[in-house]
Amino acid sequence: MWQSLFASLNDQNFTVIAIAMDEAAAARPWIELAKPTYPCLIDRNHHVAELYNMVNVPQATWIDELGRFVRPPENAGSSDAFRGMDRTTLQMTPEQIAERNHSKHSYVAAIRDWVSKGPASAFAYDEAAIRKRLSLPNDAIAEAHAQFRLAQCLLHRGRHHEASLAFGEASRLHPDSWAIWRQAAEKDGSGLAVGPAFWARVDALGDRPYHQPLDIDGMGKNES
Amino acid sequence: MITLLHEQAETSCATARVRGRDLWLAAADMAAATGWSLKPEGLCRGDSCVPIPPGRAADYVDGELLNVTAFWRRMHHPVVHDATDEIWVLGTNAALRSNALQSLEAPDFALPDLSGAITTLAAQRGKKVLLATWASW
Repeated sequence: MWQSLFASLNDQNFTVIAIAMDEAAAARPWIELAKPTYPCLIDRNHHVAELYNMVNVPQATWIDELGRFVRPPENAGSSDAFRGMDRTTLQMTPEQIAERNHSKHSYVAAIRDWVSKGPASAFAYDEAAIRKRLSLPNDAIAEAHAQFRLAQCLLHRGRHHEASLAFGEASRLHPDSWAIWRQAAEKDGSGLAVGPAFWARVDALGDRPYHQPLDIDGMGKNES
Repeated sequence: MITLLHEQAETSCATARVRGRDLWLAAADMAAATGWSLKPEGLCRGDSCVPIPPGRAADYVDGELLNVTAFWRRMHHPVVHDATDEIWVLGTNAALRSNALQSLEAPDFALPDLSGAITTLAAQRGKKVLLATWASW
């Protein structure tokens, strides 16, 4: 997904670290197809999601040379255009595809701007702006991750029914996490959790976003 | 054999014993599984120590064994386990995670690639990093 960006910026002291919130077996075909030359790590326990309070994919954070946040964990350039797709064929209209591409391209352009200009980039936040946008976990979320960890261990041991109960408890404790819900959900032949239960959950969002809107487009530095 | 899950570690503990709703294990196993060890000040890791409440030593220590779940609950960390008490998760509470995030230093982690080679975030120090998640689902 990030290979062309990485290849063009790799000589500018920039790297991508991709985290697959997935089983190695499920991630492997995708990684072998894309042949990325940046680190592609496997995180079946969703440990990074727990550390960074992430709830969906793709989410990303920008980290500077000192290991500090430049942008907090957020939507990595995805749009909600998919919500209008044909739910049988999973096809999108040209307008929806254009919206999706615009969102992605704006995000990638912002990354390029930051890699080139560093803290002077309009897309690099100052500390106050980062703090304002930082999403922090609560006790229920912390317990949800403990339940998720238990569920993955049970699954690994073939104790499917108990695993399913623990996944359910994790989702109940952390309903905003699509990552927890989709990891455990029924998958179609392509490995996608896009059955009726997924769409019912998406529809239940109502006016709320699936991918949190990103303030990249036409954004002034550190505006709210 | 009881399995203890803490952060990224999965440890089999031969000394673990379940008593009621509590898990007890040898101090050495506790240190191996979590990095917390028993000192005169209490249960400690790095500069942090959790003292044993006065007059309640028997609830926390029994010879070589420590009541790890009592310590864990006292630190307000989540403790969850399976129905047969074979798998215990010593979780990390929201306050600790939140404090780490609010330092604005990106939390470090160590994860394997497909070949099993471990990469850490800290090893990328000196570069700008786009840390991005994805999934097959």
